[in-house]
Amino acid sequence: MINDFSPLWISLRTAGASTIITFLLGLIAAWYVTFYLKRFKGMVDSLFTLPMVLPPTVLGVFLLLIFGRNSGFGQVLHSIGIQIVFSWWATVIAAVVVSFPLMYKTTKGAFEQVDPNLFFAARTLGASEWRIFWKVMVPIAWPGIAAGTVLAFTRALGEFGATLMFAGNIPGKTQTIPMAIFFAVEGGQMDRAIVWVLLITLLTVVVMFMMNLWNNYQRNRFTKGAAGR
Amino acid sequence: MKLVVDIKKRIGDFTLEVAFETDGETTGLLGASGSGKSITLQLIAGIETPDEGQIVLNNRVLFDSEKGINLPSRKRRVSYLFQNYALFPHMTVAENILFPLTNVKEEKRKDRLEEVLRLMALKGLKNRYPAQLSGGQQQRVALARGIIGKPEALLLDEPFSALDDYLKTTLIKELMEALKGYQGATLFVSHNMEEAYRICPKLLVLSKGRVEAYGSRETLHHYPPTLSVAKLTGYRSFSKFQTLSSYVIKALEWDIELQVENIPAKQETFITIASEKIYLAEDSPENANIFSAWINTYEEGPRRVLCYLTLKRPPAHSKDDHLEWELSKEEWENIKNKPQPFRIRIPKEGIRFLKE
Repeated sequence: MINDFSPLWISLRTAGASTIITFLLGLIAAWYVTFYLKRFKGMVDSLFTLPMVLPPTVLGVFLLLIFGRNSGFGQVLHSIGIQIVFSWWATVIAAVVVSFPLMYKTTKGAFEQVDPNLFFAARTLGASEWRIFWKVMVPIAWPGIAAGTVLAFTRALGEFGATLMFAGNIPGKTQTIPMAIFFAVEGGQMDRAIVWVLLITLLTVVVMFMMNLWNNYQRNRFTKGAAGR
Repeated sequence: MKLVVDIKKRIGDFTLEVAFETDGETTGLLGASGSGKSITLQLIAGIETPDEGQIVLNNRVLFDSEKGINLPSRKRRVSYLFQNYALFPHMTVAENILFPLTNVKEEKRKDRLEEVLRLMALKGLKNRYPAQLSGGQQQRVALARGIIGKPEALLLDEPFSALDDYLKTTLIKELMEALKGYQGATLFVSHNMEEAYRICPKLLVLSKGRVEAYGSRETLHHYPPTLSVAKLTGYRSFSKFQTLSSYVIKALEWDIELQVENIPAKQETFITIASEKIYLAEDSPENANIFSAWINTYEEGPRRVLCYLTLKRPPAHSKDDHLEWELSKEEWENIKNKPQPFRIRIPKEGIRFLKE
């Protein structure tokens, strides 16, 4: 039924790469907006959330406009021999853009839950901002950060609209599972589509299940034995 | 050890303007809520930034608006003990306490840890997490973490406000024990006079963002300069007065004439009477300042009894009283069955004059 498994590998590689990028960008953005941004906070927050509420096709057009050969940025890339549109990197960039708000929002929520006194206490105890970030805030907000990462990963795995506009449907290069499903159905190969549907459903369910297990484990950390007090 | 503070900060329509100097003695910042105590500590610790002024700790300028100096919190060597202790929940007791010691050799770190664990009576708890500790233990961990880096000033923000009375008494003892070994300047914020009095030899009273009084606890307790300081230091009965002659005043609210030692300059408009300085007059040879009194209401505590007295006439209703009178249980047993009214004496030295 399926002899070419490339959409699976492309999907996993795209989701993996984009999750790494989204993880870092989302973490830094959430950290900055929560603890340092004083003015324009609402505006910046809306801007970072925008990709979540805009139709993916609209994002696709934006990405084409930014990276296309008609933009200044696109020309700079072209002049140094980099072609983003319709390449594998385009699938990654599209996935980063659509999954970023999930990572950002969830992580920001987790940071906001942390007692701000911990932040100030760490400062008065002589810790640098870098140390506060890695040793205090990230470990404490970790369940939220992990949840954001899983959400970002699953969202990247399911990305369709922006990828189609920006990366196209090139088998073996930019054709991800959602893309393969769409074109299988369109081409009348329903059985083929169903196999992909089952595969991606299974993949997503497994990831979510593992996240839940892990969350339950995390919820009980630092308090073992406290119940008997 | 010397901390000099002279700062101004506006927050909405509240203006904080405080100036004071402390030496090695533990100083209590007393004030009602909203008087600016906590924000003063935050300004010193660098959690908030003053609009203008100067903060100097042991000749080190922490903040100076004119010179454009504003050291970040981490460089101030000022330790802040938060009301909720702010322990890092994901670190063990040992990791929490060692958090401030970074550029120190491993061996030295161990020594210091053992030293503060002993000082704070935390031995045997070093591998626990904060959630596994009692409130008192958490507080001692926070204190240990606060002093292990040998800060030059220690700021305590209402460390006992969330505790019950019994635990509080024990913890105050422990805290004083622990502070004995600490050499830096200590500021202690509280809205509770008793608590501050027990811990701090010096008291600074804040009211509406300003320093209202500053001095030794004895002076402030015996001679409160103003009405609000008197209220904070435990006085309860107040009256406006009118000067009748150089040694006689009339307490307007109580409608009595009182002989006094001397009448201070014009600014004082209120008098109060130390409630432990009111005596039963039966056995007294004196005859000045003696009044007939009715007990209106009373509150019996475990050791002391508070009586609310109405002077010169029987009380008209349950709120119609003039003076608060504090008695020991024995004194109370002695007078409670006496026919009313009985006669009380207010000695001249029990009368305090207050500015508004």
